[in-house]
Amino acid sequence: MTGNIWVLAEQWRGRISEITYEGLALGRELADQSGARLEAVLVGHNVRALADTLGRADSVLCLDHPLLAEPVASVYVDVLAPLLAERKLAAFLIPLTNVSLGIGSWLAGQLRVPAVNFCKDARFVDGRLQARCVLYGGKIEAEVAVCGEPAILGIWPGARPPEKGRSAQPPAIEQVTVFPDQTPSVRFRRYVEPARGDTDLRQQEILVGVGRGIRNKENMALAENLAGVLGGVVCGSRSVVDQGWLPLSRRVGKSGLTVKPKLYFALGISGAPEHVQGMRKSGCVIAVNTDPQAPIFDVAHYGIVGDVIELLPALTRAIRARKPPADDA
Amino acid sequence: MKILVVLKMAPDVVEELDIAPSGTALDPRGQRMVVSESDEHALEEALILKERHGGKVTVLALDAPDVDEVLFAALAKGADRAIKIKGAAKGLATSVAADTLAQVIGSELGLTPADLILCGVQAVDDLDGLIAPLIACQLGLPFLGIVTGLWVDAPGSRAFAIKEYPGGVRGEFEVAIPAVFGIQAAERPPRYIPVAKVRAAMKSHAIECIPAPLPVNAVTPLIQVLAMRKATLAPRAEILEGSPDGVSARVCEILAGRDLI
Ligand SMILES: Cc1cc2nc3c(=O)[nH]c(=O)nc-3n(C[C@H](O)[C@H](O)[C@H](O)COP(=O)(O)OP(=O)(O)OC[C@H]3O[C@@H](n4cnc5c(N)ncnc54)[C@H](O)[C@@H]3O)c2cc1C
Ligand SMILES: Nc1ncnc2c1ncn2[C@@H]1O[C@H](COP(=O)(O)O)[C@@H](O)[C@H]1O
Repeated sequence: MTGNIWVLAEQWRGRISEITYEGLALGRELADQSGARLEAVLVGHNVRALADTLGRADSVLCLDHPLLAEPVASVYVDVLAPLLAERKLAAFLIPLTNVSLGIGSWLAGQLRVPAVNFCKDARFVDGRLQARCVLYGGKIEAEVAVCGEPAILGIWPGARPPEKGRSAQPPAIEQVTVFPDQTPSVRFRRYVEPARGDTDLRQQEILVGVGRGIRNKENMALAENLAGVLGGVVCGSRSVVDQGWLPLSRRVGKSGLTVKPKLYFALGISGAPEHVQGMRKSGCVIAVNTDPQAPIFDVAHYGIVGDVIELLPALTRAIRARKPPADDA
Repeated sequence: MKILVVLKMAPDVVEELDIAPSGTALDPRGQRMVVSESDEHALEEALILKERHGGKVTVLALDAPDVDEVLFAALAKGADRAIKIKGAAKGLATSVAADTLAQVIGSELGLTPADLILCGVQAVDDLDGLIAPLIACQLGLPFLGIVTGLWVDAPGSRAFAIKEYPGGVRGEFEVAIPAVFGIQAAERPPRYIPVAKVRAAMKSHAIECIPAPLPVNAVTPLIQVLAMRKATLAPRAEILEGSPDGVSARVCEILAGRDLI
């Protein structure tokens, strides 16, 4: 029999992340397939109450300590590595989020066990664990077999619907005593909240999303014009924000905001998983991209294979002809 | 202050990617390799730190197609040394690449002790791990990832780093140095360097070549790629075709049909 399945129950600032439930849903399937137990591993401080929401697991290992209050990769690894070495397990599912990134790689490096990143799916085939992974900015999928236990699987958001990982039933809880390093070399100091005052993208019904395909700062005006006639707001991918063409408050995706407008234009955005995470629940997505293989066309409802610089003036004109400017003040 | 920057070449994902006849890897023919995007930010952050605190920046890369240009560009931008590790097998898994780099960093005279080791946070082909935490683990150094800002205190014993969390929240950390950082974005966009300056660097500078420390192919891989395929063979989107005006008219109909205009 293979070992148990573990899921890192990611908690951040007192809340369990959605992806934890996705991981539990996938972990449940793996555990049922192999006849093993599913265990959630909850690390933090004063997190006992959060454990009750993890009932999809057979039990929860609770690692509670003041020094674990913030998810610092090296500190978490410090308490997780000995536990992993001591217990027999087949796989440890760890969310690949901004909160938990690095924990999986470090654990695998330290314990010399296999790691697989960007997992969308996993299952046992003839007793051997296989994973399906998203690579190259979402353009390629790989089927991967792991050679050895435990395997560290970096779970990509969207692997399973989170509802499948929830349960009303509280799980059994095992308190695990841990001794984190009293003088960690990485210390959390404080959070810096995002600047308020700019538009809240999450309240918008129409968003005009811009990516690197817009090419330069001057062309941003083309997107502003379209947003103007639609009564929407311009937002963008990481590339555009990193270039300084849009403020941080307008970034959509993994480290930006998650938005759910009625209409999302994706203009010159490749559709990397980190961006898609933030906009895939939009009501209608219209993508414009010169690359017919851009992954954004997998997310979009309508696609236009073409140059956004050429299309934008025509599109803005056409919409303006049908509708007076929403707010020309 | 001594800063090491690890650069890695990765396929340019804006280009068409094809699968090799083996069905388990990308076809290297016709595939454009570029420096991994966040590595370019790691270099920029290193150059910003050099301007701010003084010191020396050394860039380090495994041999790969077009890597010379990337290393010369780094020298032209202001890096002081460029080192290429030759003889490692091509297309190494990230974990093996990290082992190789960590061995070189740990053993090569003149590289250690380094105060800061900067890597990109993640590359598009990091299937079996991320290079920064793996190098940190091998060298026994602290690590922090998704970093978008870095300062060092006056005695040079502590770094202050900004890490990005979801929702635009950032965290401020204090890290004992030497340390390894996974850089997500430099404080400023990577500087532009004209081709003429790269050419000039090719004449005035040299890339130091050192051999890979161990027969890396001998390392047993811990994962095995069984198959690779294109993810977007049949896009979900309905593709609208025609001239810009024709397509725009169709988009208007779609928006009107959904009461969006
Ligand atoms: C930890 C982490 C967190 C991240 N968080 C985020 C996040 O929150 N949000 C985010 O967006 N990204 C995030 N990223 C980055 C993400 O991986 C991608 O690099 C980024 O989304 C790419 O942005 P892009 O689509 O604008 O650029 P690219 O991927 O470079 O795509 C540009 C696209 O434009 C197309 N194009 C070029 N010219 C034209 C033209 N004239 N007309 C039409 N199309 C054109 C190209 O074909 C291409 O598809 C994160 C990455 C990491 C590692
Ligand atoms: N968020 C930050 N922005 C700018 N500089 C910072 C930041 N955090 C730390 N520093 C630098 O680190 C030094 C020491 O930080 P402190 O211990 O907060 O005084 C400061 O003098 C700053 O130069």
